[in-house]
Amino acid sequence: MIGDIWAWLTTSAHWTGADGIWQRTLEHVEYTLIAVAVAAVIALPIGALIGHTGRGTGLVAGTANALRALPSLGLLVMLALWALGHLPVGIALQTASIAVLALLAIPPMLTSTYAGVAAVDPAARDAAEGMGMSGGQVLLRVELPIAVPLLFSGLRSAYLQAVATATIAAFVSLGGLGRYVIDGLAQHDYPKMAGGALLVAVLAVVGDRILAVVGHFAASAGLTSRRRLWAKTAPYRSSYPAASLSETQPEVVNAARQ
Amino acid sequence: MNWDWLARNASEITSWTLAHVLLSGVPTVVGLILSIPLGALASRYRWAYPPTVTIAGLLYTIPSIALFVLLPGILGTGILDPINVIVALTLYTVALMVRTVADALTAVPPDVRQAAVAMGYRPLRRLITVELPVAIPVIGAGLRVAAVSNVSLVAVAALIGVPQLGQLFTQGQQLDFYTPIVAGIVLCAAIAVVFDAIILSTVKLATPWRRLGRAAA
Repeated sequence: MIGDIWAWLTTSAHWTGADGIWQRTLEHVEYTLIAVAVAAVIALPIGALIGHTGRGTGLVAGTANALRALPSLGLLVMLALWALGHLPVGIALQTASIAVLALLAIPPMLTSTYAGVAAVDPAARDAAEGMGMSGGQVLLRVELPIAVPLLFSGLRSAYLQAVATATIAAFVSLGGLGRYVIDGLAQHDYPKMAGGALLVAVLAVVGDRILAVVGHFAASAGLTSRRRLWAKTAPYRSSYPAASLSETQPEVVNAARQ
Repeated sequence: MNWDWLARNASEITSWTLAHVLLSGVPTVVGLILSIPLGALASRYRWAYPPTVTIAGLLYTIPSIALFVLLPGILGTGILDPINVIVALTLYTVALMVRTVADALTAVPPDVRQAAVAMGYRPLRRLITVELPVAIPVIGAGLRVAAVSNVSLVAVAALIGVPQLGQLFTQGQQLDFYTPIVAGIVLCAAIAVVFDAIILSTVKLATPWRRLGRAAA
C-alpha cells in the first residue's frame, strides 16, 4: 500500500502539466493565501479595535464559537449553489469557495488578535499614555507589537483552516491538491487519493512551520525566548526581577510577595 | 425549505443524525479518557512536556480529509469504514486535550497540592481525588472546543462516503437543491449545541464547590 503511494508520488508524469502536482500545489497555495489575506484585512482591524476598547468581546467570542460549529462542507456547498445561480459561470465556483475559505479563516484571527491586544500588561499601556501617546499610537506602537506572538498563532490557525477547507473545496470543482483526493475516489485510485492527502498534510505542516519561524523573529526579542539577543538589546533586564526570578526560583518570588 | 422532501426522507435523516452523534461523540469521550493519563504524565515529568506538545501540535496540523484518506492505508481498514473517522477524530481530540490537561494540572494551586501531600495522599490518589477535580473547569473548556469541532469535522467524511449528516451536503450538491444543505447545517449546529450543553452542565455538577464559593461571595 505504502509502496503504491510512493510509486504514484515518484512518477514524474504526475508532477507536470495542468493536473500535475506542481500546478495543483501552486493553486492550493494561491487559494490559501488569497483567503488568509482577505480574512486578515477584515479580522485584524476589528480584533485590534475590540481588544483596545474592550467593547464587543462577548459578541466576538460567541460568533467565533458559532462559526466553529458550522460544518465547512455545508457552507461550501451552499455558497457554491448560490454562486452558480447568481454569478458569471466562469468565476462563480472559485469566488464562492475562496469566500468560504476566508470566512472560516476569520474567527481564529479575530479572537487571537483581540485576546492579544486585550492581554497587554496595563502597566505598558499606562506608560505609553503617560508618554503622551494618543489612543491610536498606543494601539499601533505598543499594543499590537506586544500582541505579535498571538497574532501569529491566529494566523497559523487561519492558514491551517484555509489549507484544509481548500482541499474540501475540490468537491465543488475547485482546483488544488484536493482534486487528487476527489478524483482518486471517483476513479477508485487509492494511491492517487493518499498521495494527494499526503501532499496536503505536508503543505499544512510546512506552511505552519514557516509561519512559526517568521512569527518568532517578527516578535520583539523581549517577548520570545531569544534570550541571548534580548540580553544584548535590553540592558535593563535587571528591572524585571520578578520575571526572571519566577522562572528560576518561584518559591523566592512567592515568599517575597507575602 | 421544501418540507415535503424532509418528511419523505425523515427516516434516512434520523439515522444519519444518529450516526453523526456517534461518530463525533465517541471520539470526544475516548479522546478525553486517553488524554488524561498522557496529560498527567506530561505535567508531572517536565522532560515529557515538550515532546508531547510538539507531537500533539503536529497531529493537529494535519487536515481532517487527509487523515481520513491516509488512515485506511495505515490501519489496513476499508476506505468506507467508519472506524477511520473515529480514529482520526480521537487523534484530534487527544492532540487538543493532552496539552489542556497538562496545563490545567500544572496550574493547580501549589497550596492545594501541598495540603493533599500533608494529609498523606500518595501521588495517584492525589491526582484523582484532588488535582483532577480542581482542573475540571479548564479541562471542560478544552473539551467544548474539541466536541464542537468534531461535530463539524465528521461532516467532511461524507466526501469519502461515510454515511452521516454530511451526506445531506453531497446530496444537495448533486440535486442542486438547498433544503438538504440547510437541514444538514441546522442539525449539525443542533448537535454541537447539545454536546456543548452536556459538557457545561457536567462541569457544573462535578464542581459543586464553585457554586458555593460564588454564593458566599
